[in-house]
Amino acid sequence: MTFSNSAELLSFHWVAYSIYSALIISVIAWFGYNLTRKEKAKSIVRIPFYTYIAFLVAGGVGHHIFTYNAIPWVSQDITRHDITPDASYKFQMEKQKWIGLPKERIIVQCGQTIEFDVQSRDLVYGFGLFRKDGSLVMQMQVNPGTDVNGILDSNDILWTFNHNGVFDLRSTEYSGPHAYGEHGEDLLLVKNFMEVKGCKKDGGKK
Amino acid sequence: MSFKENLINGTNFDHKSLNALQKVTLRAVVMSFLFYGLVAIEGMIMRLVQTGPSNPLPEMFSHPEHYFSIMTVHPIVGIFGSTYQLVFAAFMFLVPFLTKKPLYSIKLANFVWLSITIGTALAWIAAFVWQYAPLYTLYWPLPADTTQFATIGGIVFIIGVALIMLGTFGFIYNIYATIFARVGVHKDKTTKELLISGFGIDGMLNLWNKLRGKQPYSKEPALALPVVAIFRGTVDTFLDAVVILSAGVLVLVYLLFDMGGSPLDVGAIDALLYKNYFWWGLDLVADGLVLIYVAGSWYLLATLITGQKLFMENVARAALMLELLVSWMVWSHHLLADQGQPEMMKLISGEMVTAFELLTQGLALFITLVTLWKARPLKMTMELKYLLGGLVGFGLAVPAAIIQADMGMNRVLHNTQWIIMAHVHIALIVGLYMTLYSALYVLWPIVTNNTKMFSSKLSNIHFWLYLIGGVGMGAFGGMAGLNGMLRRHLYLNGEFNTLMILAAICGTMVLIAWAIFLYNIIMSVGIKGLIGIFLPAEDKSASYGIEPEVIADNHKV
Repeated sequence: MTFSNSAELLSFHWVAYSIYSALIISVIAWFGYNLTRKEKAKSIVRIPFYTYIAFLVAGGVGHHIFTYNAIPWVSQDITRHDITPDASYKFQMEKQKWIGLPKERIIVQCGQTIEFDVQSRDLVYGFGLFRKDGSLVMQMQVNPGTDVNGILDSNDILWTFNHNGVFDLRSTEYSGPHAYGEHGEDLLLVKNFMEVKGCKKDGGKK
Repeated sequence: MSFKENLINGTNFDHKSLNALQKVTLRAVVMSFLFYGLVAIEGMIMRLVQTGPSNPLPEMFSHPEHYFSIMTVHPIVGIFGSTYQLVFAAFMFLVPFLTKKPLYSIKLANFVWLSITIGTALAWIAAFVWQYAPLYTLYWPLPADTTQFATIGGIVFIIGVALIMLGTFGFIYNIYATIFARVGVHKDKTTKELLISGFGIDGMLNLWNKLRGKQPYSKEPALALPVVAIFRGTVDTFLDAVVILSAGVLVLVYLLFDMGGSPLDVGAIDALLYKNYFWWGLDLVADGLVLIYVAGSWYLLATLITGQKLFMENVARAALMLELLVSWMVWSHHLLADQGQPEMMKLISGEMVTAFELLTQGLALFITLVTLWKARPLKMTMELKYLLGGLVGFGLAVPAAIIQADMGMNRVLHNTQWIIMAHVHIALIVGLYMTLYSALYVLWPIVTNNTKMFSSKLSNIHFWLYLIGGVGMGAFGGMAGLNGMLRRHLYLNGEFNTLMILAAICGTMVLIAWAIFLYNIIMSVGIKGLIGIFLPAEDKSASYGIEPEVIADNHKV
């Protein structure tokens, strides 16, 4: 099982967590009901203590093993400095403004791996790509800071795009009220920042 | 009794019969619930703004300065003004009650609630008057950004937070001074024995000896398990207060220099290093003291409600020690979206050690449920209902956070409404507060000298409105997070309109539940009684002598 983009992952997560929520609420409700009954309760399932502990350990560790294998951007993120991207975009942020953004909409071909390197000259910002329905493609924090030579610190992310779409850019971190206009409009929102082309309808290269 | 008579005199509450310990406890409880009302109103304002342009609020609430100043003080009022006050009050009552020793100092207990109340009020005023809005995260250098915020607002805010932390230190001193006092049952105990018990080492040694087929290290531990949890959680409370206070001092220094006309270079502080330091301390609230205090409270409530020994007590003692160590090493899960954070720290601290919280909290849930189960049949009292509600809350909230504490999931969930609603709000509103309501119903007759609650029907309405509203608000907010809604962002065009309206309806249920609870309490103690709580006590006793076993008898069918 592999998720080719965040939309698939989030849909899976929605279903899995909803099932879990219904389960845990039902279990506690069942306990509550039977705590008050004089008759002997029939256990639906008997869980020995150490089996329960093993289940918790397996759940905690297994979750990460599952995501490492099913979510492609995890290993790519860890090894990103050894991967040569198909294209790189570097820009900066200062005083609630993007500086040096490409003038034209970025066009990405399906399956391309793109590097975004964002630097901040003053505050903590965020970098996030959003679909037109508002859902999140990916994001990272953009921290300010310089090295010993005064060169701004990198905040870099590598992303492979497997689905067509036009994405908006916005800061995913609060940088103060000046990031908004007088009527509350988001000054860091860049509509139609990039477009992915050439994928099949359900994702992947044609 | 007429409505008017009830409102003025309550049911059978007599504030003159209360001793000093009871009064100081109730003072903090009153302030806590007043702040709770404020935080619920603030939350509702923000929720309504997010429903879009058709919201019924005056336009000023949608202005970024106003909106984010509310968002800044919302957690300060909620966590410190309300939760800290309630927890500190409960523990400063429980430690003397459980150890059968007097509280070290009533004066210090009074200082604690006054200091936290004034501190919270100052922080609120800073946001209300000067619209100081760096949010509770205080990400460097935003709190020192005087191009966006008035310097005086920042100074007042930091003084407020510092006062809260001073009150916190007062609580810590009072708790440890009471635990280590060698009087009463601890007359012949050494400090070493109390320390070994406080850290749960006796529980570990008992387990170790059992594995080797030897006699237990200690058949009767020096400290009861809930006191051990309070002891252990208070270590994190101390470390957390040190970190928050020192961060506050740093901000204050920058603001004062700015005011003096010689601003310091904010670049001198590394933003990522600061984030690590601040999150290490701040996370001790969420993943340290809350989880440890809650586990201890569940154990206490389960034993008080059933009148039986806790199931697997030695394991529970040892697990509390593990929880303390875990809580010191999990902060990196807040920095999984920070690309400068070393990958090994993300992997070990952010993912692996954090996953242990599933184990420690799952263990606490299991031990509590089995302890209750072994004592069945039990009466479904208000305290039992709320305890089960608290278990539901953490049963939902802890996995929600563990799921996000993952490098894959964090990339699409960080800073969204998922973490603040499905995790934080459900953990606090449902998990923590329902546990605290359970404790309140257990302790109510003891702290108020058997005052009759005005209406059990209202108590039940409060319970159901609160439970459904709390879970619903967290769930709908969490769904909005999955749809991409950010947590620290202003949406004015109703982008997530449907889910926000549903969340607002559920939030309204929580607010109404609070109003019903407050009405029930006021009608029980009366306005005269409420004022009387704040008058000096005639009986200066700082302890309370009812045996815990008496409470258990009330729960048997």
